[in-house]
Amino acid sequence: MQQSTRTQNIPLRGRPSVSLDPNSTPRLAAGCRLGENNNQRVLLMPERALRLNGPSLEIVQRCDGQHTIQQIVADLQKLYSKAEPEKVAQDILGYLKLLHDQRALDFESSAPL
Amino acid sequence: MPTNLSNPLALIAELTHRCPLHCVYCSNPLELTQRSTELSTETWSRVFREAAELGVLQADFTGGEPLARSDLVDLIRAARGSGLYVNLITSGLPMDETRLASLVDVGLDHIQLSFQGSRADTAAEISNTKSHPQKLRVLEWFKQHRLAVTLNFVIHSRNIDQIPEMLAIAESSCATRVEFANVQYYGWAFANRENLLPTREQLASSIELIKQAQERLKGKIRIEYVVPDYYAKFPKPCMGGWSRKLMLITPNGSALPCHAAQIIPGLQFENVKDRDLRKIWENSAAFQKFRGEDWMQEPCRSCDRRELDFGGCRCQALLLTGDAAATDPVCSLSPQRGKVDAILQAANAFPLVGAQHAAPLLATVSATEVDSQKLYQPNWLYRPNPA
Repeated sequence: MQQSTRTQNIPLRGRPSVSLDPNSTPRLAAGCRLGENNNQRVLLMPERALRLNGPSLEIVQRCDGQHTIQQIVADLQKLYSKAEPEKVAQDILGYLKLLHDQRALDFESSAPL
Repeated sequence: MPTNLSNPLALIAELTHRCPLHCVYCSNPLELTQRSTELSTETWSRVFREAAELGVLQADFTGGEPLARSDLVDLIRAARGSGLYVNLITSGLPMDETRLASLVDVGLDHIQLSFQGSRADTAAEISNTKSHPQKLRVLEWFKQHRLAVTLNFVIHSRNIDQIPEMLAIAESSCATRVEFANVQYYGWAFANRENLLPTREQLASSIELIKQAQERLKGKIRIEYVVPDYYAKFPKPCMGGWSRKLMLITPNGSALPCHAAQIIPGLQFENVKDRDLRKIWENSAAFQKFRGEDWMQEPCRSCDRRELDFGGCRCQALLLTGDAAATDPVCSLSPQRGKVDAILQAANAFPLVGAQHAAPLLATVSATEVDSQKLYQPNWLYRPNPA
């Protein structure tokens, strides 16, 4: 068995525009959770780990099934007030889609019960 | 930690070489570890603690078959308790619903379930065990739990045409990740290679099929495909480089840079019973042997790719050239690439796949008298269970 745990930084910039339901609540998929080692926060998933720094950490921490995408965008626009709001929004959506394609994230409907 | 040495990211815990299956492609060494020499729960627990302190993020529980360890729940608890993410690499045997629930309850993060084929008869031939129905049962039980699930279909010439059926199994399951992993040739796979290596044509068709599936299932299932590296132009960056990212502990406590390293002559391996993990990682002669670039021969030594693939696999270089320090002959830049080409030529000139290509043993035997599957079945070397 030659699996390896690979870590990588995923740059937030330079991805194409994506549209997702702003009322859906992203939630870490089963078996995906936050971890830490040597002061480095990571997103742990099957046989892989992603380093989380700054914006990526702020986003993933809010993928708890409670924050809507709209809320996450609003929070980060406030945190990174010097950055262009639309750019922040597109970066967040791109990152969320990337995590979803890697099956680290599920988008849940926030429709009330 | 010396400044130019990074810490390992994963610990491969080879808990036992015992296994209810006898797969012809098994990557365990030909010399299997005896049960009586297996590490205790306590020793493994200490190893997990030391691994976490060393910066390891994940433990891969494997074997043999990790389910053969009766203390598996305790091992998972210990690894999670030390802060490690736990992957269980398993055949799914022996297990019932209660046992699965106990593994999940104690904190198992991810389970990778192997498949030897999409059909029971293929699986029975490859593993010499009636294991396929149990795997399908286990697959259903997964749906009751919040658990990351990966399906690992081990691919070779005998089942590469079953990829569409394998995809169907995956799609009706709760797996979010599927690996189609072509056999790589070490251990038992190396011994059975002639009957496992697919043809170029088989490989090309499989790549096309999988590419289509990746696109179609994007966002639902993440599909990864590993091709046999004999067919590649450049070698794989084996283990992420020798002793750079991973370390493996054998069932009796030997610390190895990879699962096959014990075939390399002249290496001394330390044991976790005698020395703590950090000292082994930093100082073990076996770990130091192929670190950095000083050991490299040409063309690796001055090659632009040396930081990409590290010269490929040391064990493969040994198996195919007799020299563990040689360029992995899979590399198109290796002066010994011809050895790999000869193997591929044989596999493609005389493919042993399917009844229509194989030479019948007895020309005059009637098809109704003899099980035609058995007539064309290769002379497999099956992996035994250790003492």
